[in-house]
Amino acid sequence: MARQRVKFTFPQELITLPIIYELGKQFDIVTNVRRADVTEDRGWVVLEMDGPIDEIERGLDWVTAKGVRVDPVPGDIVEG
Amino acid sequence: MPFARSLRCRECGREYPLEPLHVCEFCFGPLEVSYDYEAMHRTVTRASIERGPNTAWRYADLLPVDPEHAVDIHAGFTPLVRARNLGEHLGLKHLYIKNDCANPTWSFKDRVVTVAATKAREFGFDTLACASTGNLANSVAAHAASAGLDAYVFIPSDLERGKIVGSSVYGATLVAVDGNYDDVNRLCSELADKYQERTPGGRRWAFVNINMRPYYAEGSKTLGYEVAEQLGWRAPEHIVAPMASGSLYVKIWKGLQELSRLWLIDSVQTKMSGAQARGCSPIVTAYEAGTTNIRPVRPNTIAKSLAIGNPADGYYALKVMEESGGFGVASDDAEIVEGIKLLAESEGIFAETAGGVVIAGLKKLALQGKIAPDELTVAYITGAGLKTQEAIEGALAEPLHIEPTMASFEASIGDPVRQSVG
Repeated sequence: MARQRVKFTFPQELITLPIIYELGKQFDIVTNVRRADVTEDRGWVVLEMDGPIDEIERGLDWVTAKGVRVDPVPGDIVEG
Repeated sequence: MPFARSLRCRECGREYPLEPLHVCEFCFGPLEVSYDYEAMHRTVTRASIERGPNTAWRYADLLPVDPEHAVDIHAGFTPLVRARNLGEHLGLKHLYIKNDCANPTWSFKDRVVTVAATKAREFGFDTLACASTGNLANSVAAHAASAGLDAYVFIPSDLERGKIVGSSVYGATLVAVDGNYDDVNRLCSELADKYQERTPGGRRWAFVNINMRPYYAEGSKTLGYEVAEQLGWRAPEHIVAPMASGSLYVKIWKGLQELSRLWLIDSVQTKMSGAQARGCSPIVTAYEAGTTNIRPVRPNTIAKSLAIGNPADGYYALKVMEESGGFGVASDDAEIVEGIKLLAESEGIFAETAGGVVIAGLKKLALQGKIAPDELTVAYITGAGLKTQEAIEGALAEPLHIEPTMASFEASIGDPVRQSVG
């Protein structure tokens, strides 16, 4: 089992869709939201995911393909 | 070290012991070092600081590390230059340049890495690591060499050869990762979590800007301390600093606030202006939109050292901008190149692209009247231009080509001897 902490940033057109719910349904992943800020035109969610590592990776690929930006919780790590 | 008290979540305020932690276990907010300022105030004086070494370690009492075991390659205490020529050009009467090109690996990153490396050794880590395309990699590799620590530097696999030399020369292991920027980001985040405990080889890794981040970031406060001390223990009236993650900008402000809290300078009235490249300006874009909500972007700029599309401290930078009355300013790549040339030609300082961003931003703010002619202004130049020469190739005059004769030389320059005599 693996655990990953990530930040999802949603574009406006995806804000009203139940993407985190579907992520938990379609993949063997338990999601646990810790912090979020969602308004009419944008939103972000910081959450933890528990599950087999390949399921988490497939789940993240699926979320990314939907148009959600996925980042590590600490922000960008690669610095100049 | 004796004055650092705990790590505190910047979002929910929960406190944690001074350990290698970087996010709050409750809300995943970033952790920051908090101090016992009353005890610090009883001990730290201008004189006690002035007795210290001519490095960032003169401020050891204000940092969360034990100076007895410092990993010290003489970072900091870089020149603060009175920029008369540039000031005259921009109509600013009291302009200074903080020249952080003069650090051991030629960028401000030595300030943060000296603190992170020292703390890593205190915690018993035996390997320093980072993911970087330039300045941070150089500094981590150099400090690890000095400390006798192993160093692992993760780089995108398409990074130019010239940028690899500045790290590999120190003996660091460079790991070129196939994949895009986001892939490198995600891999390093996972590595930091896993290898903090123990790698398959039995090593423990300190990722300087991940699991060491609360300590690492504190090193940037010395940029605020030094400028205040070099100005005769007073804060500037206006600062223009580059913003990538926003951390440096926020910590300069924190440094000045701490000096005031310790009664080492008067209350801080500094306007904090932050500069970004237009091709990666998530913080300035939010500032211009009047919001504190940062929209991550895909970087597309020559200012690679500032190319952080999802800035960890962007929100906090915007709060400082608002609180201080400063401005956000962004410049395109052509303006950045002009900024590099303007600083070099007016003050003899060859900055990397981040310095071009600052000078271009400074110029805009001055021309727009957002910096008053009489304001005591400091512009931060955080890295040396020899690292990013490719950015200005093609924008400089070609050498004069002549035959090895006096006639050829004088023909090429229009015979100044005769002109001056005549």
